[in-house]
This record gives sequence, structure tokens and C-alpha cells, in this order.
Amino acid sequence: MTKAQSLWNHGVKIGAIGGVSVLIIALVGMIESFGKRDIISGILPMGIAMALIICILVAYIAANKTPICEKSVKFANAVISGFVTSGFLALLVAIGRSFNIRDMFVGASPALYKALTAGIAGAGGIFLILAVGLICGIFAGILIILNDLPRKLIINALATIFVLGLLQELIIPIFKSWDFGVTNYLGKLFYTQNGLTIFGTVLAAVIYCIISLLWKANQDTIKTTYKDLPKGTRKKVKTFGFFVLAVFLIVLPQFLGLFLSEVLTIVGLYILLGLGLNIVVGYAGLLDLGYVAFFAIGSYVVAILTSPEIFSFGFNFWQALPIAVILGITAGVMLGIPVLKMRGDYLAIATLGFGEIIRILVLSDFLKPWLGGAQGIGAIPNPNFMGFQMVKPQHIYYLILAGCMLVVFISIRLKNSRLGRAWMAMREDEDVAQAMGINLVATKLFAFATGAGFSALSGAIFASKIGSVYPHSFNLFISINVVCLIIIGGIGSLPGVVVGAAVLMGLPELLREFAEYRMFVYGAALVAMMLLRPEGLWPEARHKIELHGDDETQTQTAA
Amino acid sequence: MFQKWKDRVTVTDIVMWMIGGTMLLLCLWGSVSTIRAGLYTSSHWIDFCIFGLAQGSIYALIATGYTMVYGVLKMINFAHGEVFMSGPFTGYFVAMAFWRSDFLDTHPVLGIIVIFGVAMFVSTMIAYFLEKIAYRPLRSAPRLIPLITAIGASFFLQYLFRGLYGSGINAYPDIEILEGFWMIFGIRVLKIQVIVIIAAVLLMLVLYNFIMLTKVGKAIRAVSEDKEAAALMGINVDAMISTTFVIGGMAAGAAGVLYALMFKQVHFFMGFIPGIKAFTAAVLGGIGNIPGAMLGGVFLGLIESVAPALFLDGLGIIAPYQLKDAIAFSMLVMVLIFRPTGILGERLSAKKA
Repeated sequence: MTKAQSLWNHGVKIGAIGGVSVLIIALVGMIESFGKRDIISGILPMGIAMALIICILVAYIAANKTPICEKSVKFANAVISGFVTSGFLALLVAIGRSFNIRDMFVGASPALYKALTAGIAGAGGIFLILAVGLICGIFAGILIILNDLPRKLIINALATIFVLGLLQELIIPIFKSWDFGVTNYLGKLFYTQNGLTIFGTVLAAVIYCIISLLWKANQDTIKTTYKDLPKGTRKKVKTFGFFVLAVFLIVLPQFLGLFLSEVLTIVGLYILLGLGLNIVVGYAGLLDLGYVAFFAIGSYVVAILTSPEIFSFGFNFWQALPIAVILGITAGVMLGIPVLKMRGDYLAIATLGFGEIIRILVLSDFLKPWLGGAQGIGAIPNPNFMGFQMVKPQHIYYLILAGCMLVVFISIRLKNSRLGRAWMAMREDEDVAQAMGINLVATKLFAFATGAGFSALSGAIFASKIGSVYPHSFNLFISINVVCLIIIGGIGSLPGVVVGAAVLMGLPELLREFAEYRMFVYGAALVAMMLLRPEGLWPEARHKIELHGDDETQTQTAA
Repeated sequence: MFQKWKDRVTVTDIVMWMIGGTMLLLCLWGSVSTIRAGLYTSSHWIDFCIFGLAQGSIYALIATGYTMVYGVLKMINFAHGEVFMSGPFTGYFVAMAFWRSDFLDTHPVLGIIVIFGVAMFVSTMIAYFLEKIAYRPLRSAPRLIPLITAIGASFFLQYLFRGLYGSGINAYPDIEILEGFWMIFGIRVLKIQVIVIIAAVLLMLVLYNFIMLTKVGKAIRAVSEDKEAAALMGINVDAMISTTFVIGGMAAGAAGVLYALMFKQVHFFMGFIPGIKAFTAAVLGGIGNIPGAMLGGVFLGLIESVAPALFLDGLGIIAPYQLKDAIAFSMLVMVLIFRPTGILGERLSAKKA
């Protein structure tokens, strides 16, 4: 390889990777269908914004990866890769306009080409794409050349604008539901019906810059002041913080509309599930992929006991709840016994098998007289709290909040108990734990039972929230989602579960228009997350050390 | 003597034997009463068996991919079902183009070979880049992480193909030479099922001989024994892992076309269930063991098509075919409990399992 080649290699190679990803996004149809929503009203549709972001990002990475320190070479590489990326799109438009590739790629429609070329027909549109790519490259090159501070400011300000535009569906209803003069005014100032106003965009960027500059200037003093406080005062600050958090959680649904409260309850149910599985997977290190079975058991017990459809036992929710949890725990022990001797992947597959068996049995005609088959069980009454019917999602929210509080409390207490330490010892090494006198059978069964109990609790609330249960609600994907949210949040960490549930379950619900691409983005995000930040968003301290420790600890874990 | 026995057997062992014994008794009782009731004639049973063999040989082809990847990387490649789906889904467009231009009627064999070629190429590419992008950077990560990556990759690929090719169920065209019946020893069998069995067996023979007789195959086996030692012997471990994925992808692509020809339809979700079944088959045969995976696949296919009628009808369970997946998974769990090494597997050390 000659030297000249190796200099431009990075730009071309990374540009090609970026080109393929932009091509995929275009052909999948994301650019076209997101074109209907604007980030900045009338100027920047979301689909184009995504393509631009990828283009800039790729150019930035290309420049960053260039090993030679001369800034001009880095700049040139950024420009090249931006150009190459846009070249792929230009090629797509050129090919798509002259041949019919729609038979194969359903997304390759004239509307896509129109969106990409801003409606300019002929060669002009293609040149426009290339020119925009070039500009993106130059922009990324300038970012590379700049100093640290302005670079960070520009990148983060742009990110703020993008996030504000992305979450407009979330922010606008909150503004509206307050309905004060000020919030209405603010809402109008920032947003039009579709996207940010131009003034709002500039204002958001400026506000972001001011806040971050102020924080930069003062963060050291704030941190040291907090550290210098006497221990008692620091504790008081913390207690106050918890108090504020509690009040916030209690009044939260009052601000949010019906839809957002609904999203909140879904996230809450997944937090409950996640906390339960966190004990099994995070504390005890037993990978359980059949976790949805206990969720289903909790739901079905409540459904059978309270609904008049199949048997009329005539229980109310509060009488059925403990029975559901106890049966869930029993099922946890019963499914735990056969898998006691299995480890790792085998355990995962066996539990996956159990989960599927239970779902198939519930679905079958054979058990239909008792479990309702594919039609499920309906007419589950709403829970009744001291004469108050919990009908709306806002009411169910409090039920879930109470459940979460209880489960978080139990989890924290268990973690620092003798049992919790036994779980963690078992997670690290079963043989050593046994040699240290830990009763593996009892410890494992306790983990399965606790996790199953929490899951059944979640299932019971789920049944009374939805009002009917169907076997299709209990498929493998729930188990997989729960495992994923634990790992995305940071395995074994309680705040991690909350963050993971909010990100994996809450965000896609908020971005309902993206429903079509939800799983696509979800899958890509899981892979990217595992490649870039395997310890999770909010990792447990011990686990973080394990993944990012010094070389010595790394070789130890590898061996 | 009794004391010794008492020391070795724990309560959980006894519980498990009781569970196993009950299952076995139920199966026996079910089959005896089904046969005595005479609900099915012998030609029914033969049909079940041939369908089971055809389905099972497809499972076997997919399972070899799972088992080889497990051998070299010790991970469950959850996205293998999507590798399986990608090939025939792309091949569908080739098949439709041929069908429209009457090429399939004039040159059916050549047409089918081209479809196979395209499908195997796409599956191979997907498998190769899957390893390169998603799995290679995670070689030394804790075990859960590649598993999650594989799940993520599986979702991504499913919905990528949904976005590219649409979410509808596409019917493969009818190919004339594959339609109709053959009479073999006086038994009427569907042509396509026999062809699927023969093609799958041929492919498996090629694959098995490749692994056992060639130098590359030997290197792959060495890597799955011990990566470090293989590297010290001058084997390029990364290249061998890539090769493993390529071979697995080819087998999966071929299996996919056979599946599409037999069931006549492709859609973006078609890889999920066969993928899980094939994994079950790989575990049944002893994971990491190639002949085991083949045997496990055929066995699972047979059990799935015969068992609902044989075991469950006699027990008076209505609509037993709804429970065929439950039978497959119960088999899996039973094998994992009583013979975790599978039918042909060697005993894995605790660290490896």
C-alpha cells in the first residue's frame, strides 16, 4: 500500500460504511415516513435530519480515526467520507429513477427520491445530494479542527435541538395540560403544530450554551462545597432529595395526560418485572428466559378468581392478589427444581422451553374449559380501593407505584442480607460458593421464588389494568425484553432497572408513529449498546470494575 | 451398601426421576391406547413419518450452523434463524422473476440451482457480516453480552428484511417438476418431501466430509477444541471462526430454500420458530457435535409429526396438534435434565457448559 492510498483509506472506507447505513435507512422507508414530521417547522424534516446526522457522524468518525495528527489530513478525510456517504444516496436515486426496483424493495418509491432531492428533478437533485454530503463533511472537518470547548458546545446544542424536536409529542401535551398563561406562551414560542419554530430553535441552542457554560464554570465549586459539608448535613440533603423525588412521583400523573399516564403504567409494570428478574439474573446470575411464565400465572390467577366469565369465584382484586403471588412463588420453586443443576446457556434454554410450554398449554383447546383458550378471559373487574374504583391509568399508576416501592425496598434489603451475599457469591463462582458452605439448592430456589413472586405481582396488576388476559400477551418477547432492559440498565443495579425500563419501553411508546420501525431501532440499539457500553447505562459499581478494570482483573475474568 | 446409595442420591434427584417416570408412563399409556383404538391406519403413520423426516432434515441443516458456532464461540447464535430467513426471502424475488419469464418451466433444474445459489450467497453474507460486526468485538466479554447482542441482531435483521421486502406473506411459485406424487414400494409419497430429504442428506454429507476430511475442517475442529492451542499451532483463529459462520450460513440458506419449496411461503418472521427448533435439535444431539445436530434434527422432526397423534390422542386430549411445539420443548427440557450432553454428546466440563 502506498502512502497516499493509506492516507485516504479511512475516509473512503468509513464513508462507505456510512453510505450503506444511510442506504438501509432510506430503503427501509424511514426517511420517507419521518419526512412528514419536522424538527424545525417547514425547514428540516426529521427523515432528512437523520440522514444528515449519519453523514456528519460518519465524517467525524473518519477524521477521528485517521492516525496522522496533521489537521489538514483529518479535515480532508472528513470531507471525503461525507462525499462518499452521500454518493451512495445519489447512486440510489440515479438507479431508482431509471430502473424499477420497487418489486423487490418496497421502500424505493418516487416519494423517497422526492424527499431526498428536495423535489428537484433531473441531475440537479443528484448534485444537490452530493453537495449536501460535501457540506456535511466540511462541517465535521471544522468540528475536528475546533478546540474542545466550542466543539462540545456545538455538538450538544445540535443534539438538544434534535431531542426537543423528537420529543415534541411528549413536551407539547405537558405544556397544554398545565394551561397557565406562561406555559401556553412558552409552548407557542417554541413549537408550531409540527416542529420547532425557528426562533425556538435558536433560543434552545442559546439557552443550552449558557447553562452549560455556567455549569462548567461552577461545577468544581458546587462539588467541593457538597463534599465539604458535614456528614449530618449531607445526609439531610440526601433525605430531602428522596422526599422531593417521592412528592414528584406522587403528583406526576396529575400533570400528564391520559396517554402519558398509560405509558407510565406500562413502564411501571416493566420496572416491576425487571426488579424481579434482576434478583434472578443480576444478583444470583441465573439467566432465566422463561420469566414471562410467572407473569402469566399471576395474570391468570387474578383473572380466574375475579372474572365471572369462566368460574364465578367472586373474589375481589385484593383477595386474589396474595393468592396470585403465592401461586407464582410456588411455580417458581417447582420450575426451579428441575433446572437446579444447569448452568449458563443450558439454563437459559431450559427456562425458555418452560415459558413456551406454559404459553402453548394456555393457548390450547385442551385446557380451554379452564383457561379460556385463545379468547382468553375477559371482564376482570377493576381494583377497588376503600370504595374507590381504580379505572383510569392515573389510578392504576398509584397501585404500580406502591408495588414498585415495596419491591425496591425488598430488593435493597435482600441485597445486603446474608441471602443476597450468598446469591452474589454463587453468581461469581458456584463451586467456590458451595465450598464456602452455601447451600446451593436453597439459595437458587430462593432466587427463583423471589423473582417469580415479583413477576406474579406484576402480572396480577397487569390483568386488572387491562381487564382481560390473552395467551398472546405472554409471549417470549416479554421475557427477552425484560432481560434486555436489565442489561441495558446495568446488570444488578436497581436504578439501572428503572432507567432501562424507561429507555426500552417508555421511549418506543412515546414515539408511536415510529411503531413500524420500533423493533428495527430496538435491535440496532441493543447491538450498539453491547458494543459500545456493555456495562449498561447505570451500572452497579462492582460490575463496572469487572468490565473496565485494569489489565490484571481483565485477564482474571477472561480465564 | 444402602448408606452409600443414600449419600449419593439427593431429594431433588428423586423428584426429577419421578417427573421423568411420570412423563414416560404417560407417553407409553398414550401410545398403547392410541394404537388399540385404531384411530390411524398404517398409511397415516407412514405419511407422518415422511413429513417428519423432511421437516427434520431441514431442522438438521439449520442445527449444524448452531452447533458449529457453539463449538467455536461457545455462544448461542440467536440470529441464526434470521440468517435462515434472509436467503429464501431474497431468493423469492429471483424465483418470481424466473416464473414470470417462463424460465422455470423451460429450464427448471437450472432455475432452482440459481435460486439456491442466490439464497445461499445472501445467507452467507449475512452470517459473515453478523460475526464480523456484532460478535467479533465481544470475543472476551462476559457470556451474557454476546447473547444480548445476538438477540438484538436477530430483531434488527428481522425488521430490516421487513422494511426492505415488505411485511406480507409471499407465496413461492409452483415449480412443475416438484409437484405430484411418486410411488415408492407401493407407498404414495409427495415428490417434494422426498426431494427435500435427498437434498438435505446430500448437503449434510458434503458438510460432514468437509469438516472431517479437509484441512480447513480440521482447523475448525481444532479451534472448537481449544482456541489458544490452535493459535499456537499456526491456525488463524479469526479466519476459522469466519469460515464457520460462512459454512453455517450456506447450510442455513440451503435449508431455507428447501423450507420455502416445501411450505410454499416466505415472510420476515419465518426464521424464528425453525431457529428455536433447530437449536433444540442441536441440544438434543449434543451441542458442539455435528453428527449429533443432524441426528437431533431428524429426531425432532419425527417426534413433532408423530408424537401428537401417538402420545396425546390416546390420552383423550383434543386437538393434539396444537401441542406439538409443547412436545418439542418438553423433549428439550427432559434431555437437558437427564442427559444434558445430548444423544451423541460427550460430557462437557462444568466450565464449558
